[in-house]
Amino acid sequence: MAQAIFDEMGGPGSEVRQAYRKLQEWLEETPVDILTLRHEEAETFFRRIGITFAVYGEGGDPERIIPFDIIPRIIEAAEWRFVSEGLVQRVRALNAFIADIYGAQEILRAGVIPRDQVLLNETYRYQMQGVSVPENVYTHIAGIDMVRVGADEFYVLEDNCRTPSGVSYMLENRELTMRLFPDLFSRYNVAPVDHYCDELMRTLISVAPRNCQGEPTVAVLTPGIHNSAYYEHSFLADQMGVELVEGPDLYVMDDIVYMRTTQGPKRVDVIYRRVDDEFLDPLTFRPDSILGVAGLMNAYRAGNLNLTNAVGAGIADDKAIYTYVPKMVEFYLGEQPILKNVPTWRCSEKDDAAYVIEHMAELVVKEVHGSGGYGMLVGPKATKQEVEDFAARVKAAPEKYIAQPTLALSTCPTFVNEGVAPRHVDLRPFILSGKKIKVVPGGLTRVAMREGSLVVNSSQGGGTKDTWVLKD
Amino acid sequence: MMLARTADNLYWIARYMERAENLARTLRVTDRLSLMPSSTDTEGNEWHSTVIVSGSEEGFYEKYDEATPENVISYLAFDPENPSSIRSCIETARRNARAVRTALTTEQWECLNSAWLELPRWNETRVRGSGLHRFLDWVKDCSLLFTGGTVATMLRRDSYYFTRLGTFIERSDNTARIMDVKYHVLLPEHAEVGGGIDYYQWASILRAVSGYRSYHAVYREGLKPWLIAEFIVMREEMPRSLISCAAEIKDCLDRLGEEYGQRHECHRIAGQMYSRLRFGKVEDVFRQGLHEFLSEHIETNDRLGLEISRSYLLG
Repeated sequence: MAQAIFDEMGGPGSEVRQAYRKLQEWLEETPVDILTLRHEEAETFFRRIGITFAVYGEGGDPERIIPFDIIPRIIEAAEWRFVSEGLVQRVRALNAFIADIYGAQEILRAGVIPRDQVLLNETYRYQMQGVSVPENVYTHIAGIDMVRVGADEFYVLEDNCRTPSGVSYMLENRELTMRLFPDLFSRYNVAPVDHYCDELMRTLISVAPRNCQGEPTVAVLTPGIHNSAYYEHSFLADQMGVELVEGPDLYVMDDIVYMRTTQGPKRVDVIYRRVDDEFLDPLTFRPDSILGVAGLMNAYRAGNLNLTNAVGAGIADDKAIYTYVPKMVEFYLGEQPILKNVPTWRCSEKDDAAYVIEHMAELVVKEVHGSGGYGMLVGPKATKQEVEDFAARVKAAPEKYIAQPTLALSTCPTFVNEGVAPRHVDLRPFILSGKKIKVVPGGLTRVAMREGSLVVNSSQGGGTKDTWVLKD
Repeated sequence: MMLARTADNLYWIARYMERAENLARTLRVTDRLSLMPSSTDTEGNEWHSTVIVSGSEEGFYEKYDEATPENVISYLAFDPENPSSIRSCIETARRNARAVRTALTTEQWECLNSAWLELPRWNETRVRGSGLHRFLDWVKDCSLLFTGGTVATMLRRDSYYFTRLGTFIERSDNTARIMDVKYHVLLPEHAEVGGGIDYYQWASILRAVSGYRSYHAVYREGLKPWLIAEFIVMREEMPRSLISCAAEIKDCLDRLGEEYGQRHECHRIAGQMYSRLRFGKVEDVFRQGLHEFLSEHIETNDRLGLEISRSYLLG
């Protein structure tokens, strides 16, 4: 692990990297007040379009915009080819793993992953055991969080196989940089991303359920306007030209799902659902759920409906399961993993737990089911008291935690109050799996807006950047 | 074909925006009227009548004893507890819009969202004095932008017709109320219709429906209550008249009937409502009594709204 911080532009004192030269020139010739003006325009744009998200558990503005950083991040063609191949490989393995877990469970029998780690996991859905899904695909839309620590060093931080969000920001960010900085944009040959929604639609149609007759009817299922990612749900439905439905818009009769329309019932074949497993069907999961549809799982099992992502796909998001992904690549594909995992201590293992508690102040400790930057400790940034409190939590339930070294995340030039300064970033590319696997070049770059901060999550005040993958 | 909930939301977005606009129109006219010398003998009367036009008499007098300008403006323009206040209308419209983002055009959404973003800047203090007119003009502009945006950008299919239905069902109701209350309340108890009616009061009805100048263009004579009634009830070239609304409603329903290949009770009521206005005579309206006629119209319009919901919007 490289200790010095890698700046993707080159950083002060060192030579500007090839891909960033024209950006550097442009930054030098553009006065700060123009940048400020564009920054304000961007903010107005987001507000006006209503691209907002909600932060849970706080008062204040319920519709907040995610800070958008106007300076794009640039990735070279060769770098992207490497990452992209690695992503396809990883997602193939993840899909094979989930299919295996809800099927023959070869990987457990072979002893590659301990049985309890999977079968006693909160995200394992026994209801999916033996259910066959179209094309054997479980995570149709995957978001793989990556960090970069050196010129050729990329690591996968976590896998999001359940319901990764953020793709609407990737698309809107591009829209915005093209609008704000046409002169800069035209100096580069940037790979387009705006076909994402077409690819998504193709992916969804390619996994129509076996009893679907004719052209499949697709819908996006949202928990409703109070959900933090509601904007994205409506954005995707709109771009695909399909209905955005809520639980009460649907009902199931004779194991067939219908939506209520102005012309009576209309059959639905594929649901891209942005509602969590537990809330999908009150007859199968939480009986108090009003976000789901009674009988949905019966339709799913009967082959009259496909759900994307599949129920139970969240098993692969578990941060303890994550540690086995390189082994999955070898086990299912017989290949060497292209992308590296961050070395991880599993606190469920005694030696690891002891090490973690001892070195907590140097490590990043995470809940295995946590997401969105909640329930984690960044050791070097925490107070002594916070470290002690967290250590107590780990001791009480070690199997719920994993720990990783504090990575020196790469930095990118970012426009902040002080002017243009380096800030830490990560990357979430999106991988679509149906009959084929597709990766749209780039992804969502998240940036920690505060100096020195390593937490990029939007719920923790992180922002986003447009991500340019250059063409050869 | 579309989601019933989406159609319902579109219909109500249009209704709320139209309601906000008509409230703004009414308040503007009321304010103007209260400046007129004629108002000294019926002081406060026009503010009371505005409360009635808005249909929120009950809620208002639960909260206030007297219809002072301040009370009425506060309740009708800004009160979050009044579901039909201008603020509530815009907030509800925008909330509905957010729930059906995908069914709206960018122009429609941006209009509703901007209105909602701008709304907190207006309050009781800011509308004192000349601020009131700026506020009311702004509200009217928002609604006009929405209706204009709808006509100019929305695909001509079911979603469009449901939106338009909302506009015209609401306008049909509001125009009738404006007409009815001014007629009923402003008139000193025993004054004759067409007799000693105050010029300004009749003019105010016309102004509230953007009909003051167009009245003159159509009739080329002074204000006569009889003609004003005919103009607002039965003249199809007057875009806010009852008959115009009825014609638009009938047209939207006919298109839906064609698109879906099925007709419902709402089609029958709409046809009947239109025919009655189209082939009626203004003499008959006065013989029946303008107030009775308008009350009946409002009731039929309500029933029509319910039937539209039953046939399409409940799913």
